[in-house]
Amino acid sequence: MHELSIAVNIVEMIEDNAEKEKALNVDIFEIDVGTLSGVVIDALEFALEEAVKDSVCSKAVWKINKIEAKAKCRRCGHIYSVDDYFSPCPKCREFGKEILQGKEIQLKSITIE
Amino acid sequence: MCDNCGCGQPGENVTFRKPGENKEHTHSHGGVTHSHTHGDHDHDHSGSREIVIEQNILQKNDLLAERNRGYFEAKKIFAVNLVSSPGSGKTSLLEKTIRILKDKCSFYIIEGDQQTMLDANRIEKAGAPVIQINTGAGCHLDADMINKAVKSLEVKDNSILLIENVGNLVCPAMFDLGESQRVVIVSVTEGEDKPIKYPDMFQSSDICVINKTDLLPYVDFDVEKFKEYACQVNPDLKFFELSAKTEEGMEQWNRWLQERD
Repeated sequence: MHELSIAVNIVEMIEDNAEKEKALNVDIFEIDVGTLSGVVIDALEFALEEAVKDSVCSKAVWKINKIEAKAKCRRCGHIYSVDDYFSPCPKCREFGKEILQGKEIQLKSITIE
Repeated sequence: MCDNCGCGQPGENVTFRKPGENKEHTHSHGGVTHSHTHGDHDHDHSGSREIVIEQNILQKNDLLAERNRGYFEAKKIFAVNLVSSPGSGKTSLLEKTIRILKDKCSFYIIEGDQQTMLDANRIEKAGAPVIQINTGAGCHLDADMINKAVKSLEVKDNSILLIENVGNLVCPAMFDLGESQRVVIVSVTEGEDKPIKYPDMFQSSDICVINKTDLLPYVDFDVEKFKEYACQVNPDLKFFELSAKTEEGMEQWNRWLQERD
């Protein structure tokens, strides 16, 4: 259940940024979660419900963008979509790959007033 | 992870103790209480503006981990993060390693468990300085805990720091401790499909130790099939097959630790 610590980190990050911008409220925040990030989006949603309480974003609406993972084949260089670490390159069947996107968990933006 | 609010920081219930110490070291923690009702909010949004942030959410842990890594490099400390499911034999492997190599290498051990001093006591008996981190309800060690533990242990230059993470094949994968190498340990009493069931841990590890090989005649564990799965997840993984109980296969592991490659 590391999603709870991630949710609390998100709220802390929002509060730091809101303070820097002298915001009264955070209306919207947007998060990018990669499909290979190890974060279960449903669990994160559940944890966020708790984590936002009594914070500057307690009334905010949040949007979680699911970032589909992409990998580059180590042998032939083909770029392909992956759902997991263990599927081979669809062109040459090589398992070795460099993950180009899909491991990220980032706070993308906040909308403040 | 703080078990009160899950903030990723050690909470009051995370304790650091050396064997023989009765007093628990707690530290201050701004008691965050999160309670409110999630009411409706139909207010005016006309004065709103969007700020682009694009910051990694695990940034705080990652920065602390890099700080640990720099410290280890400067002091030539070889830091190894040992991860596995509970019961794979991490502590037994450490005990044997210490007993065999303690005259040749200087070891320091950090033990991570939710509760009890049992592992730290075993390590102390084996003959290495050790500190036990009890995470309470926390499911993993993080970089901040390691920073505190290393300070308390007063780890000397040129030594080997072995960190036994909380037995959990999921959460510790996401938390960089600043280690030089990550070692995932699997025992042959587990299924050979573990690497594809828990890919994050195998993907993020450098070394895989297959332990309890003395039990191979009695279980249905196919070593080659296991390695095949593990290499599908991480083709760079390096394997050691050993039995911490009988010491068969320990030489290669010990050599790797001494040579630090």
